[in-house]
Amino acid sequence: MDQSRADALDRRQFLAGVGTAALIISGAAVIHTEEAWGLEVKNLKPETMRTLIKTARDIYPHDRLADRFYAVAMKSYDVKAGTDPQAKTMVEQGVAQLDALARKQHGVAYVDVGWEADRVALLRQMEREPFFQNVRGGLVVSLYNQKEVWPIFGYEGESASKGGYIKHGFDDIAWL
Amino acid sequence: MDAKYDLNDDSVVVIIGSGAGGGTLANELAQKNIKVVVLEAGKRHEVGDFVNDEWASFTQLAWSDMRTTSGSWRVHRDFPNLPAWIVKAVGGSTVHWAGASLRFQEHEFKAKSAYGGIQGANLLDWPITLQELEPYYAKAEDKMGVTRTNGIPGLPGNNNFKVLAAGATKVGYKGVHTGRMAINSQPRDGRGACQQIGFCFQGCLSGAKWSTLYTEIPKGEKTGKLEVRPESHAAQIEHDAAGKVTGVVYFDKDGKQQRQKARAVCVAGNSIETPRLLLLSQSSKFPNGLANSSGQLGRNYMRHMTGSVYAVFTRPVRMWRGTTMAGIVTDEAGHNPKRGFVGGYEIETLSIGLPFMAAFLDPGAWGREFTSAMDGYENMAGMWLVGEDMPQESNRITLDPSAKDKLGLPVASVHFDDHPNDVAMRNHAYKAGTAIYEAVDATRVFPTPPYPSTHNLGTCRMSENPRDGVCNKFGQTHDIKNLFISDGSQFTTGGAENPTLTIVSLAIRQADYIAEQMGKNAI
Repeated sequence: MDQSRADALDRRQFLAGVGTAALIISGAAVIHTEEAWGLEVKNLKPETMRTLIKTARDIYPHDRLADRFYAVAMKSYDVKAGTDPQAKTMVEQGVAQLDALARKQHGVAYVDVGWEADRVALLRQMEREPFFQNVRGGLVVSLYNQKEVWPIFGYEGESASKGGYIKHGFDDIAWL
Repeated sequence: MDAKYDLNDDSVVVIIGSGAGGGTLANELAQKNIKVVVLEAGKRHEVGDFVNDEWASFTQLAWSDMRTTSGSWRVHRDFPNLPAWIVKAVGGSTVHWAGASLRFQEHEFKAKSAYGGIQGANLLDWPITLQELEPYYAKAEDKMGVTRTNGIPGLPGNNNFKVLAAGATKVGYKGVHTGRMAINSQPRDGRGACQQIGFCFQGCLSGAKWSTLYTEIPKGEKTGKLEVRPESHAAQIEHDAAGKVTGVVYFDKDGKQQRQKARAVCVAGNSIETPRLLLLSQSSKFPNGLANSSGQLGRNYMRHMTGSVYAVFTRPVRMWRGTTMAGIVTDEAGHNPKRGFVGGYEIETLSIGLPFMAAFLDPGAWGREFTSAMDGYENMAGMWLVGEDMPQESNRITLDPSAKDKLGLPVASVHFDDHPNDVAMRNHAYKAGTAIYEAVDATRVFPTPPYPSTHNLGTCRMSENPRDGVCNKFGQTHDIKNLFISDGSQFTTGGAENPTLTIVSLAIRQADYIAEQMGKNAI
């Protein structure tokens, strides 16, 4: 084939793959190749969990937060899918619906849509769905209530064990 | 020697609820040698049980029994079953309150006369004046240890206050200080000084903040006259053929129905449960609920005009360090109709932790617009605006026609719509708050909608004339002499001020009245 067509093919394959470079499926697990962790998925399809993790970041994107925090936030969906068939259906169908939208509008699954703005536009189309509302509402607690996340935002949490903030900078603002 | 009364002892005063109203009333009566049983729906958590973690504490302390909502308020959309954030535990909402202790202004007791007829507002003058309440305000401030009264120094200003003060001063405000707070700035009344722990809303681990849990209640118990029964959920107030209340049916901690007889019943379940209980107590003699000849039972529900302003700066503030609230700008609290609304509002510092900020900064929001705000959390300062909202008859508590709680009782349904005066005041307050923070170079400012209500008022209001309200100037219901309203439900209007000091003052005064009436055998 001529060079420009070969270039176009490579470019498309590159763009299609870039969203999934770090999160890959291996057996029944989602593996993060860069952060070096794996999440065993017992009750949902591993592809579903990978999509959930990607969706979670797209709903509440924080560039300073590693993927593992979003994975921790989504883990409960796999746990619940093991005991609650309706919950399992909601998630699998929600992800399937999201993927269908992505294929229709971009020719690839949600996790393979390259630009965040494009994925967010797909999520906006799902905004009224119970699946989206469930994931969004759950993240408010499952993401921001992870204690490991707090220091990344600078939040220090409790102080009573240290004698209170009275001796730990309660009035130390220096720039006014 | 702990008091323990027989269920058939009809000489006791039964108080439902143990918060600012119920807890204070219980102690005041016990100190006068009157026998008191307090029925508290919640558990008894002591200071050592408090958790300084926002969600864990919420699970421990918050009233989460089912309620339903309706109306155009945003709380109905975002938190349909959580109209209010109050406490279900011994101590009531004094466990989680911030401590702000302000007296009402003179004209606020005469809201109808002062503001005139406001379309759609069910304004009414209180049947008491500031002058009549002043001696009780003084007693309450002493009892609670309010800073800037009784020789008690103001609390020191934390980072959040310093930002507010700098901005407010630059804008030209004059009434700027660290507040009149029921939080010890130095040891007092057997409790230590504030350690700026920063989790006031989760129960004060140092005991510096006043709460009936570890002040009024143990003092009352020490007299041997006060018995507190936690996990006792009142379900119905019974009455005799003559229309006098005779006792309270409640569910105990094992879910079994009990009946405590009573000489008098005082209801202090906060302004949603109090009218709910009176509605649940309807009978053939009182088909519209107890004490409802006026039709005003449950109506005129007020939650204060509220909103928050959070601002991000280019450098850290770390507003979570220290008291959740201890800072005020009072300049906008008066009545100045040139601003485009009647009544006024206070500007108070407020801080919430990262987890609660995610939940309440902009409920329902998502995407980068939201997360970029959260990314600024360390550099955020925050304030809470609290002002007088208009009583409207249609803002009311009713019994939900279908939803029932775990005990099988119809739940409370809360209907609320803002009045145009509330909206005008809120918009003015948002602008004022924004100006304060921009004066010290905020780069981004967020007006935040009202939270589930922490100030709940007016649903069994005081009135001079029985056709206008539920109780008289002593909180004694117009219809039933030995039935009293003892919480913020009594408020005829809301004023601009946080309600707790007024609730405590009214309880001290009501205790004097009940004791006097019992002494004359009128009750």
